[in-house]
Amino acid sequence: MRRKNWYLIVGAVLTASMLAFTAVGFFWTPYEPSAMSAADKYAKPCAAHLFGCDQLGRDILSRTLEGAGATLAIALAVLAVGALAGLAVGALCGYHGGAADALVMRLCDAVAAFPSVLLALVVLAVTGPGKYNVIAALGVLFVPSFARLVRGEFLKYRDRDFVRSAKLIGVSDLRIIFVHILPNIWPVLLSGLTIGFNNAVLAEASMSYLGIGVSATEPSLGYLLKDAQGYLFTAPWYTAFPAAAIVLLILGVSLLGEGVRERMGVGT
Amino acid sequence: MPKFVKRALLLLVAIAMLPVSLYGCTGDTEPTPPVVGVSDSGSDPTAARSGELPEGNSVTVGIAQDLSNLDPQLAATAGIREVLFNIFEGLVKASPDGSVVPAVASDYELSQDGTTYTFTLREGVTFHDGEPVTAEDVIYSLERCAGSENDGTPLVSAFSNVSKIEATDDSHVVVTLAEPSLEFLYSMTAAIIPAGSGPSIATQLVGTGPFKFVSYAPQDELVMEKYDGYWGAAEGKGAKLDEVTFKIVADVNAMVIGLKGDALDMVIHLPNTLEGEVKDSFTVHQDTMKLVQALYLNNAVAPFDDELVRQAMYYAIDVDEIIDFACGGAGVATGTSMYPAREKYFLPELAHAYPQDVEKAKELLAQAGYPDGFGMKITVPSNYAQHVDTAQVIIEQLKAVGIAAELDLVEWESWVSDVYRGRDYEATVCGIAADDMTAREMLVRYMSDNRKNFIAFSDEEYDQVMAQALACIDDEEQTALYKRAQEILNERAASLWIQDACELVVMDPALEGFTFYSTYVLDMSTIGYR
Repeated sequence: MRRKNWYLIVGAVLTASMLAFTAVGFFWTPYEPSAMSAADKYAKPCAAHLFGCDQLGRDILSRTLEGAGATLAIALAVLAVGALAGLAVGALCGYHGGAADALVMRLCDAVAAFPSVLLALVVLAVTGPGKYNVIAALGVLFVPSFARLVRGEFLKYRDRDFVRSAKLIGVSDLRIIFVHILPNIWPVLLSGLTIGFNNAVLAEASMSYLGIGVSATEPSLGYLLKDAQGYLFTAPWYTAFPAAAIVLLILGVSLLGEGVRERMGVGT
Repeated sequence: MPKFVKRALLLLVAIAMLPVSLYGCTGDTEPTPPVVGVSDSGSDPTAARSGELPEGNSVTVGIAQDLSNLDPQLAATAGIREVLFNIFEGLVKASPDGSVVPAVASDYELSQDGTTYTFTLREGVTFHDGEPVTAEDVIYSLERCAGSENDGTPLVSAFSNVSKIEATDDSHVVVTLAEPSLEFLYSMTAAIIPAGSGPSIATQLVGTGPFKFVSYAPQDELVMEKYDGYWGAAEGKGAKLDEVTFKIVADVNAMVIGLKGDALDMVIHLPNTLEGEVKDSFTVHQDTMKLVQALYLNNAVAPFDDELVRQAMYYAIDVDEIIDFACGGAGVATGTSMYPAREKYFLPELAHAYPQDVEKAKELLAQAGYPDGFGMKITVPSNYAQHVDTAQVIIEQLKAVGIAAELDLVEWESWVSDVYRGRDYEATVCGIAADDMTAREMLVRYMSDNRKNFIAFSDEEYDQVMAQALACIDDEEQTALYKRAQEILNERAASLWIQDACELVVMDPALEGFTFYSTYVLDMSTIGYR
């Protein structure tokens, strides 16, 4: 009998609840996230403000909801940019090989050799902070890891019999890449995506924490942490809730990825 | 397909290494000891001086902004001037109550007509290199202030009024003015430096003050030590500490961590909203900052070139609410470019000349042709949490009249070069301070051709009134003119004047002797261990 896959269960529950939490934030927050109230400065968590209030009397639950949305949106956009570009580069390199492949892969090595946050720092120092700049900077940095992953898979499949037969009967390269090979690497890509997602959340949070991420008028979870650190002792709840949101989001997706992997492992 | 799985697993492991590398670099900002957190460059953990306290008699002071140009006669920002106050002195220097007291000069005399100042040089004053201060040094310094080493533009603007500087003998220097001025004495706080040292003064820093310059590492720290040959030492005015390090910490939170972690012994200009974080274990002094915080508007840029728009914005904001949020209610509303410590000139009735009135604001906006408001960008130096908070409150308040403001946080250095010097901005929140107690310093900068007029305010009446005030030798009449000038700034809503903000000076409980000045000055010489 198959033993219960706790990773998958806990991961799925956590991820689903965090997604639900974030989704709520898109449509509804108990207060306007930027609305200030002098009477509620440093309010402790209570019935009116479940997560308490910050130094300007803003409701932290509302801000965390909004922040989770911003962080999630940025992470997904980064993932989309990184994964799509990585997929294209990796697929072409892996499938065709040759000098172009070697060159592109060395380029990827070069990009990957820098600590990614440092590189993003440089990019943002030039372009200035802002949501779209963060997405662009991080997105580009995420390309090499996906490219390498996809390329490896394509290398594996490009000399398989079903690919050769397809070539023989005149199927176009693009069709082979996308219709014949791509579905085979889907499970690997999925795991790559979960890990990439976590990295994207962390990277966005750390950049905003360092003050070079999103703008203050549209806070993300990382920005909330940065804002909160001055009040660690006066209002510890300000740090606690956004931090918990980041932890739960990442933990959930990590466990989910682990669960998927375990399930694949048990299945064969 | 075992092969596939093997391969997939291998790849997974490879990808799993990715977060490790990411954690590797993000982790640097969190769990490392506070020492790295306070150092701006994060590269020099030896900078922590906590261990030296008992035997070293030294103090490390956290300051928020880097010291970009250390030329004492050029010092552009108040943050630089307050540090250099300890190293350089003028013929006279500021005293805590805002007046000036003799320093390099032991005495001075003003002629009846208000045009000739005669200074008697103090005996026994030496530069930090041991050389005595001579009349030649004094004349060199004053001439340099008047622009002798550049294109003739005075380094200190008041020196444009100087017609002649001469030494009558070895110990007397006479400064003759073109127009009589009572306030010129305050400009004599300009630093006295060794003759011929101009080109190197920004790196060598040889002055006559109680502290001697030791070293400066950009973005990191400035170190100075006690000068044993200080002329005031005999009178008990010498430094009590052997060494003072100004540590540049661009983030207030890092400052608090630095205090708690013992990497800093003292922090100045801490927003008073952080009081709860430090009051239990440190000595906390609270006072207003002696500056005018405002939403400064670039009058040269549309729509802020329209007086109606500026007035509408002034009606849209609630100054008291801002003070409550950003300063816990402890700041003082100003209403114009003057702060209450300058009692003689301060006009309290201007502070609330624009009570919050959303309807009126909308009406004015409609008249100006913006019935639906507009979008704008507020550029704020990120190292000043108080200004950042103030900007956030203003953004909220402006929403009510349809003005959608965006907050753009920038580094201090780029703020100085782009906003303050480059005037490439729409609006900014910052504080403007002045060196001395004259009204001149706070007001002259808004004359249309003044190089410090970073809001590009241009008003004929203002220029006229100020010109009259500057030329006036009757104190009462002059005060009245300065007051009129302040009223004009308020009437025209040249900017949205808010408050003299509130700040904390936080010190190790073992330290004593801190004195607040009524100008933007930090006197380290009186501070010592109990």
